[in-house]
Amino acid sequence: MASSLSAVGWNIRAYLLLARMWIRVSMTYRASFVTLTVGQFFITGLDYVGIAIMFSNVDTLAGFSFSEVAFLYGGSALCLGLADLVLGNIERLGTRIRMGTFDVMLVRPVSVFVQMCADEFALRRLGRITQAAGVFAWSITALDIDWTASRVAMLPYLVATGTVIFLAIFTLGAAVQFWTAESSELANAFTYGGSTLAHFPLTIYPREGIKALTFVIPLGFVNWYPSLFILDKPDPLGLPPAIQFAGPIAAALLSVLAAIVWRRGTRRYQSTGS
Amino acid sequence: MVSVIKVEGVGRDFTVRKKVGRLRRNAFVVTAVTDLSFVVQRGEMVGYIGPNGAGKSTTIKMLTGILVPSTGELTVAGLTPSVERTELARKIGVVFGQRTTLWWDLPLRDSFELLRRIYRVPDPRFRTNMRTFSDLLDLGPLLDTPVRQLSLGQRMRGDIAAALLHDPEVVYLDEPTIGLDVVSKSNLRDFLRETNRERGTTVLLTTHDLDDIEQICSRVMVIDHGRLVYDGGLTGLHQLGGARRTLVVDLVEPAAALELPGAETVRVEGPRQWLSFPADASAAPLIADIAERHEVADLSIREPDIEAVIKQLYTNTSAWSSPPPFVE
Ligand SMILES: Nc1ncnc2c1ncn2[C@@H]1O[C@H](COP(=O)(O)OP(=O)(O)O)[C@@H](O)[C@H]1O
Ligand SMILES: [Mg+2]
Repeated sequence: MASSLSAVGWNIRAYLLLARMWIRVSMTYRASFVTLTVGQFFITGLDYVGIAIMFSNVDTLAGFSFSEVAFLYGGSALCLGLADLVLGNIERLGTRIRMGTFDVMLVRPVSVFVQMCADEFALRRLGRITQAAGVFAWSITALDIDWTASRVAMLPYLVATGTVIFLAIFTLGAAVQFWTAESSELANAFTYGGSTLAHFPLTIYPREGIKALTFVIPLGFVNWYPSLFILDKPDPLGLPPAIQFAGPIAAALLSVLAAIVWRRGTRRYQSTGS
Repeated sequence: MVSVIKVEGVGRDFTVRKKVGRLRRNAFVVTAVTDLSFVVQRGEMVGYIGPNGAGKSTTIKMLTGILVPSTGELTVAGLTPSVERTELARKIGVVFGQRTTLWWDLPLRDSFELLRRIYRVPDPRFRTNMRTFSDLLDLGPLLDTPVRQLSLGQRMRGDIAAALLHDPEVVYLDEPTIGLDVVSKSNLRDFLRETNRERGTTVLLTTHDLDDIEQICSRVMVIDHGRLVYDGGLTGLHQLGGARRTLVVDLVEPAAALELPGAETVRVEGPRQWLSFPADASAAPLIADIAERHEVADLSIREPDIEAVIKQLYTNTSAWSSPPPFVE
């Protein structure tokens, strides 16, 4: 136990070491860093602009007001942004495997998972996070609801479970590349694509879609179920209200699955012949 | 003697998927290494040679923990590489000739600094090593250059220093001299010899350049088609390849081609004659025979060309189907 705890401590320290190194590298081109960060702020903000334009024509979307949809959007985008900051480049695993540079990581005394997470750590992703956090914060002030203690407590809960779910999905998407070693497009569909699905009230999707987003790829637990509680909305699937608090279970299950698949992937890793 | 590397009956297969037709892909198995067994003692310098695709890199990857063996057992410094990989990483150094272990975007100095922290090298040790390596590998002028701007030879020097910064017990070098010029090669060999002598570092090196082996390795392992076909000293290798030595005699007076039992006169140029004889035979009786008939001004013996020996060895062994008969 003590030794595994110290291993965790060491790996966190190693992550910070590597991340700091990449931050320093990106800071040597300060102008380009600023441009990229501001660029990310605006480009990821376009999703939100789309939602705003839509609401200039309609008052509600599937029973949700503009500020409520902004709350859903902000929650999803913020969680994605945080996960993306922590391990966004893990999706490059396939490329590293193909180029043979993954071998190099395997001979260093740091977990390869940690090394992949920290790989080319990009602080410019704060652009997306700032934008999402801004929308999220604005929507909270704009919502016409009674902020009871339990609703307030639900906010950090939403951000924490949502981020862990995205972390697990990123990891799964990357781990699959141990088998395919092909492009990361499939992984991107689940992470960035999945986050986009969760920008909107799930009621706009067919029931099967909602079920899939609950039980298959549990993106519904990122922002949808906590929001049903916070915004006091009926559950279109009519599931017991307990599901609104089941996020940590979904996040834990998904994380365990991701860990297993990752581990199996590293064991079956074949390297490249050359 | 302490054994650092123990390999017992190790094999490794790869599943390869090949396109057949437009959509179908067939999986088939390639055996890269078969039934490999050897032991390396602390402080040995072992050359690992064999033709392209023989299984050298695969062996090294198993010894580092990059690849899990399909069969057999192996330990390095008392650890099972594929299971205790990150722990083992602190005890080994690896140099891949084909790719750098440094960070492309970082100046060499920063790469070393990062490695110091990752390997938790104590400060005084780090400073000593940096001083030594800067000296021996002439890294001083390169320290502030990003790795991507280094030439191949400069990068290789950086890589070697990086692999030894944490005082590993074992270093593996997979074709470290590939693409290097003569001077860089020679410096690198000096450095490895020096490191081995000063620190007792165990060295396992694969190469195509037999000079590497002749100049630094006391022991050679030859692998062909995934099987170890020779394991022993350089001299034994000569005999195994059916190699011949050459006796060059300078007679005082020119004479007709010598006819001696156990030797063949291959060339005559005035008073100088070249006699070829089996590498494992002694030259003494031959010399005595010549001295009996002619007055000899000078003598020299040429060792067989190892390049030719290896070539001979490969052609001999490629025909084998059973386990290798030649292990010293
Ligand atoms: N990752 C891999 N996937 C498939 N085949 C491989 C892989 N690595 C090596 N091989 C095959 O195994 C054999 C041995 O390769 P390798 O160990 O790289 O040889 P060497 O380093 O001696 O040139 C070759 O036939 C090679 O094609
Ligand atoms: Mg090779």
